[in-house]
Amino acid sequence: MTALILRDIRIGVRAGGGMLIGILFFLAVIAVVPFAVGPDLNLLARIGPAILWIGALLASLLGLDRLFQADREDGSLDLMVMAGHDQPLSLTVFAKCVAHWLTTGLPLVVVSPALGLLMNMEPAAILATSLTLLAGTPAVTFIGATGAALAVALPRGGLLVSVMVLPFVIPVLIFGVMAAYGAVEDPAPFTQPFLLLCALTLFFAALGPLAAGAALKAASD
Amino acid sequence: MSETTAQARRFSISALANPTRYLSYSGRIMPWLGALSALLLAVGLWMAFTAPQDYQQGETVRIMYVHVPSAWLSMMGYMVMAVSALGTLIWRHPLADVSIRAAAPIGAAFTFLALATGSLWGKPMWGTWWVWDARLTSMFVLFLMYLGVIALQRAMDDPVKAARPVAILVLVGTVNIPIIKFSVDWWNTLHQPAAVIRLDGPTIHPSLLWPLLVMALGFTALFFFMHMVAMRTEIWRRRIASMRRASAQERRAATRPVLAE
Repeated sequence: MTALILRDIRIGVRAGGGMLIGILFFLAVIAVVPFAVGPDLNLLARIGPAILWIGALLASLLGLDRLFQADREDGSLDLMVMAGHDQPLSLTVFAKCVAHWLTTGLPLVVVSPALGLLMNMEPAAILATSLTLLAGTPAVTFIGATGAALAVALPRGGLLVSVMVLPFVIPVLIFGVMAAYGAVEDPAPFTQPFLLLCALTLFFAALGPLAAGAALKAASD
Repeated sequence: MSETTAQARRFSISALANPTRYLSYSGRIMPWLGALSALLLAVGLWMAFTAPQDYQQGETVRIMYVHVPSAWLSMMGYMVMAVSALGTLIWRHPLADVSIRAAAPIGAAFTFLALATGSLWGKPMWGTWWVWDARLTSMFVLFLMYLGVIALQRAMDDPVKAARPVAILVLVGTVNIPIIKFSVDWWNTLHQPAAVIRLDGPTIHPSLLWPLLVMALGFTALFFFMHMVAMRTEIWRRRIASMRRASAQERRAATRPVLAE
């Protein structure tokens, strides 16, 4: 499992530049917002956490179709499915998700404070938003793995993955933004939505690989 | 021994797994089901238009008689799909996949109807077409999930191969159903809390409740009627597709010697 994670990280960092594309897309989304809503710094600071979340969400959805596609093209996915007798397929999927999140999700979390500065956010808001992104983006990866596995047999499944995954990540978005606002605005609580966000991540960490494993098995025969 | 197992199989659920037998059964049931739903809807509509006005909402309360049954069917349609998905994944029931394919557009249509009538009702009552409260948002998410299922079905050209991925997607989406049902109880927002199905009995006045129940029954019968029609259409469509494929192969086999020379 560790070997698989390390292999996927190495592929993710070296080939294709998927990591860089995700960050650039995130940056592009954040840069477009001031043009759309106007350069009012107070307004930007108020909507900042929400915009950061939307940008990170879209950037994570963008990279999802790469999760299994490359492995399917060179045939290693079939080997992983066939190895299901020694190691549960959902565990393999889980390892791939961890590697995928480390190469695409974590960089987004790391650059989010810098983008928060661009949105004129307060330090507390930046910290809270990054924290919620850290807790929430794994959920997007885990549930996205299911969508990616379902669409793996399709030649152009990328857009379809986003359509299928979007309904499931809406709760993640709601609680993530709620917690981020809770840290800045006084009457709103931070802990309660944040714990719900963590619960969602754990829930999808269990459900996502299981469903993705079943989907991969169905797609292989 | 083999005779008794064959005897037993004839009366088990696998008897319905034969599409031809399903076609003959459903052909017999279908006219009755259609007549039942038409009758219930006619009676329900008459009761709905003669029911007294609500003391607060006036005439607009009659939107409820379309809105509430649609919302109820949008969830029931998804549950029908979820049960069929179990049938596909566990028993590999050949008709379960047909059932999902037939139920998805109907369920999506009722979800849309619930959203549309809800917004027509919301404008005079709440002063707005749409708010992002818990019930409305979760219903909207349900609509998106229906569209996702339909999109995945359409994306694969072989319906037999699409069956299992679609079933998995449907089952994963089942998580949302309890959230919709209890959203009005968990989050206290603009939409009113549950009034009909609750532990301490309905809180609607009987004069309004009876037309609603008749309409709900009529809508339910309509759903199963349309579901049956759609399933029969899908079975016929697949037969035509396989016959076309067979005839194309025959033709190719017939022309092959000529091409070889």
